[in-house]
Amino acid sequence: MYKKNNILFLYSILYFAFLYIPVMLLPVFSFNDAIHMVFPLKGFTLKWYDQMIHASRLHQALFNSIKVGVIASIFSTLIALLAAKAFTKYKLRLRQLSYGAILLPFVIPEIIIAVSLIVLWTGMGLQLGLIPVTLSHILFCTPFCMLVLISRMEGFDKNLEEAAMDLGENAWGTFWRVTFPLVLPAIVASLLLSFVISFDEFILAFFLTSNDQTLPLYMWGQLRFPKKLPHVLALGAVIIVATSIIVMLSYWLRNLGNPSGKKNNIGGI
Amino acid sequence: MSDKEFIKIKNVSKKFDDVVAVDDVNIDIAKGEFFSLLGPSGCGKTTLLRILAGFEYPSFGKVLIDNIDVTDITPNLRPTNMVFQNYAIFPHINVKRNIEFGLRKEKLSREELNQRVNDALKMVQLEGYEDRFSNQLSGGQRQRIALARALVKQPKVLLLDEPLGALDKKLREEMQLELRKLQRSVGITFIFVTHDQEEAMTMSDRVAVMNKGQILQISPPKDLYNNPKNLFVGDFIGQINFLESEVKSVDQQNVKVSIKNLGDYTLTYIDNINQGESIVCAIRPETIQITKNNDQIKSDISVKGKISNTSFYGNMTYVYVEIEGIKKPLMISTSDPLEGLTYNSDCFININLKDIRLIKKN
Ligand SMILES: Nc1ncnc2c1ncn2[C@@H]1O[C@H](COP(=O)(O)OP(=O)(O)OP(=O)(O)O)[C@@H](O)[C@H]1O
Ligand SMILES: [Mg+2]
Repeated sequence: MYKKNNILFLYSILYFAFLYIPVMLLPVFSFNDAIHMVFPLKGFTLKWYDQMIHASRLHQALFNSIKVGVIASIFSTLIALLAAKAFTKYKLRLRQLSYGAILLPFVIPEIIIAVSLIVLWTGMGLQLGLIPVTLSHILFCTPFCMLVLISRMEGFDKNLEEAAMDLGENAWGTFWRVTFPLVLPAIVASLLLSFVISFDEFILAFFLTSNDQTLPLYMWGQLRFPKKLPHVLALGAVIIVATSIIVMLSYWLRNLGNPSGKKNNIGGI
Repeated sequence: MSDKEFIKIKNVSKKFDDVVAVDDVNIDIAKGEFFSLLGPSGCGKTTLLRILAGFEYPSFGKVLIDNIDVTDITPNLRPTNMVFQNYAIFPHINVKRNIEFGLRKEKLSREELNQRVNDALKMVQLEGYEDRFSNQLSGGQRQRIALARALVKQPKVLLLDEPLGALDKKLREEMQLELRKLQRSVGITFIFVTHDQEEAMTMSDRVAVMNKGQILQISPPKDLYNNPKNLFVGDFIGQINFLESEVKSVDQQNVKVSIKNLGDYTLTYIDNINQGESIVCAIRPETIQITKNNDQIKSDISVKGKISNTSFYGNMTYVYVEIEGIKKPLMISTSDPLEGLTYNSDCFININLKDIRLIKKN
């Protein structure tokens, strides 16, 4: 028994090391006083962060990414909210099939989606740029939002809305006092999740943008110049911290006040 | 207005597509009455209750509460409150805010609100649970909170949909007593849905037995047991023996019936029977006496039989007796099983005419 636990413990250590050591190298080297990413470390510095703060093209790219991410997350969450409501409210025929159709975008390689979208948007006469990127991100994020929202709404007890009406609330009061607060955590989680997905999406943005870069494209562009590498590391470190916080927040929100009191992790997102 | 017709359900029917869930129901319920709707699963009890609450609109007929036609009134404006089968406690707010949920429109001051919540919690014996959330309560506690949340609104009518169904047997029996006590003390009219005949019988002033959307009989529990008007009711409430019979002749007071294989007897008249009609004689198992010989006690009918089975229930024993020419063995319950009356032994069964109830077929 004891021995078995030891092996299990060792395994989990290795597992986490494998997952996180490569990622942790980024923050470590972002404080290293040298251009090249090699050991041994040379000394502590904040100059890469200073450089990062003063790179104006970076600011432009960051701003673009935030703009795209905010719009994409709002719209994909809105679309998914209505779809999830219909999906859970009505006993649709071919329910299994439509659930499969919702999940399909997860298994289609992103590059295929990118190619078909470039054909679609240019065919529609859309100029390459941030607009097609945003539209594509909306499409790309919607299934993720659906998963988050459906798993929450499936557990939603219709009796709660009826109980509210029974206790004297009209439809409007019932929505604001019962339905909305119960679904809110899932909506927020869906917003955060789709924002993060859009924020670090590379392939679609790469295919569909022209001069306006998103942050991932900007970083990829910087990698060609060794001198620029360190401040990208600094940026990477900041992004790692920020996205971890957002993802953890969305996890926490999703299960907050879950009607059944159980953890509901369909899709594992 | 009459207190006897505090709630009036008039010719109410409800169809879902091609299912008739409620079929031409007429009920008058008195003010302060504890009224039960009893029937097997799927017979339309919940649908009828939801029509009273306003969640379903009847396909036909109307509902009057306290002389006001509420058929077109939405649930939020009706003088009814409901305790849901799964309690439907709001999970995102605590017990206190659950209970005061329905009081928002009354514009009470903070003190008055606290007072009302306190009184409600006291009534269901859950003082001190204000800050709990639904998932920190047991099934029985949730049930009480649902009750408190509805009662705090001081409704004219409280509707309860199998509120004890999810509780274990012991707790259920405890809650039955408590609920009845509570109902007497608040004086609110309770309409209680259950499929458990014991529950309905022990708690109610009157019981309506439903089957396939129809009301078969509305009676006080004792009457329901002693004078079932209908084969389904007789069979559904407790244990009963049915004997095939035929009406020989009818006059104003008496009916002469021939009970298959037991002979001709004169019984008290019931409505709407005709000569030559085939009819059923119903006998409760505890009214039949079982003896070893036929001269031990005096009875109107005494017939020989053979014991085909016995089952022991602690306070009583069921004895099944086969009688020649009668298909189904008669069921007899006795509190002191006689010596020597064991499987396969001969015996006599004794029936008095006053214990026989005539029930029309169909
Ligand atoms: N919304 C609905 N749509 C279609 N049919 C329904 C609907 N609600 C109820 N029914 C049908 O109406 C009939 C009566 O249902 P109801 O729920 O009233 O039964 P019940 O007596 O409460 O049964 P139970 O004891 O199982 O709760 C059933 O045949 C049911 O399938
Ligand atoms: Mg029901």
